Amino acid sequence: MKKIITLALAAVFAVSALAGCSSRQKGGTVSTDGSTSMEEVIGVLGEAFQEKYSGMTFTYNPTGSGSGIQAVKEGRCDIGLSSRSLKEEEKADGLIETVLANDGIAVIVNPKNEVSDLDVETIAKIYMGEITNWSELGGNDAEIVVIGREAGSGTRDGFESITGTEDACKYRQELTSTGDVITTVSQNPDAIGYASLAAVSDQVKTLSVGGVMPSEATVKDGSYVIQRPFVLVTKEGTELSDAAQKFFDFATSDEAAPFISQAGAVPVK
Amino acid sequence: MKKQKVFENFIHGIFLILGLITVGCVLLITIYLIVSGIPAIQKIGLWDFIFGKEWASTAKEPSYGILPFILTSVYGTAGAILIGVPIGFLTSVYLAKLAPAKIRMVVSGAVSLLAGIPSVVYGLVGMMVLVPSIRNLFHIPDGASLFAAIIVLAIMILPSIINVSITALEAVPKEYEDASLALGATPVETYFKVSVPAAKSGIAAAVVLGVGRAIGEAMAVMMVSGNAPNLPELFGSVRFLTTAVASEMSYSSGLQRQALFSIALVLFLFIMLINAALNFFLKRSKEE
Repeated sequence: MKKIITLALAAVFAVSALAGCSSRQKGGTVSTDGSTSMEEVIGVLGEAFQEKYSGMTFTYNPTGSGSGIQAVKEGRCDIGLSSRSLKEEEKADGLIETVLANDGIAVIVNPKNEVSDLDVETIAKIYMGEITNWSELGGNDAEIVVIGREAGSGTRDGFESITGTEDACKYRQELTSTGDVITTVSQNPDAIGYASLAAVSDQVKTLSVGGVMPSEATVKDGSYVIQRPFVLVTKEGTELSDAAQKFFDFATSDEAAPFISQAGAVPVK
Repeated sequence: MKKQKVFENFIHGIFLILGLITVGCVLLITIYLIVSGIPAIQKIGLWDFIFGKEWASTAKEPSYGILPFILTSVYGTAGAILIGVPIGFLTSVYLAKLAPAKIRMVVSGAVSLLAGIPSVVYGLVGMMVLVPSIRNLFHIPDGASLFAAIIVLAIMILPSIINVSITALEAVPKEYEDASLALGATPVETYFKVSVPAAKSGIAAAVVLGVGRAIGEAMAVMMVSGNAPNLPELFGSVRFLTTAVASEMSYSSGLQRQALFSIALVLFLFIMLINAALNFFLKRSKEE
């Protein structure tokens, strides 16, 4: 299903990219490439941008953070999108990161679960299979059912890198969408899962992490630790095209903040 | 006269082209799968790929072993056949031979309806109803398992088995049955000792068709099987060949993506084998 949507989006973007060629003289094209987790944020920003500057064409290629960073490095797009901070070696290659927004990853359990607070180390232990029963955490005597996302997902990547559990998670279920994770956790009283803060609903109970509940405020001031940045990646020494610079300025301005909030992320401004 | 012939040839040409479109699609898919499936197998090594027990496609040191997926697909399909075939077979005998017209109408209507339900709906119902019930019934931590997938698949293959078996049973000449009845056999004896053996190739074709449907299903099993790449256990979380491709395709890149195409190629070979078997049985059923 997601594949079909991705294909359809790719087709739309391909067509709009073609259309962009013909109208390049009067407007200009901004091409972005990268994180699929930023799809909603960048989609809303792109729309708002095109509304503000008529004639501009905006394209977004959902390939994943790694591919987006690579694309900027090779000059295949104007702005790269990454849902993680740049690594030291990437910065050494002359890439610059500008944090656009932050996104909290909520840790969720079934509403019937009595546990309401865990710290990051405990969460990591649960996901690595070192703690396997809720009774060890003051809950019922029941085996913990660990729910996660499929390999390659931005949310999984973000969650595992913050909790330090890369390649070590022992998942009972690997589901392919945020919605599936929430539904499954809401169905199983012993399940634990993670999902983008913006998507979490009343069906499940959101845990506080180290005593801090995730919210726009706690993500913004950094006290909620399971969060990841949404980053615009540019290359040092390469001047952005006029259109790309306009988009960059727009996306990082105060004006863009409500759009970012609307898409469920927490703007830095 | 001549004009008419030109027109005839023209129409023939159009039909030929339309027919070739199908052949072309099959060829295109086959060639594409082989071309994009081979490189990863070469890189990983055929033995490590087919018989590797660990799948960790995005790990720092990735491993690409698809034995868990192959075994899961085989076990899952076998389980679905084990449950689905007796139910489907007996239903078709009942419908073809025993059922009063009214009941037959209602039941075959229900069977057609079952065939028309999209697989995502099977998955959704499985996820919301079947998975929690398995969890409570067997007192296991999580109901999403091979067992749940088998149940869903068994129900999904019922319509193909029932419909094809009915056609086969109805094609048995009435004289066979009349002769058996005239010799003093009871109706039930007649059905099981005369009609069913006479229709056995058709029924075998129905079973193979069921196998094909079960092994190719992705959406419904993805929602109920848990998707962790473990070696299959009846109440464990498992990943099928189909769901291995479907669940990782959207974010995959590099060798991971190539390996997904290789999995698709393996699946394709399985389906080809099943199709060959199906053709064999159908041909034999015609010859009889």
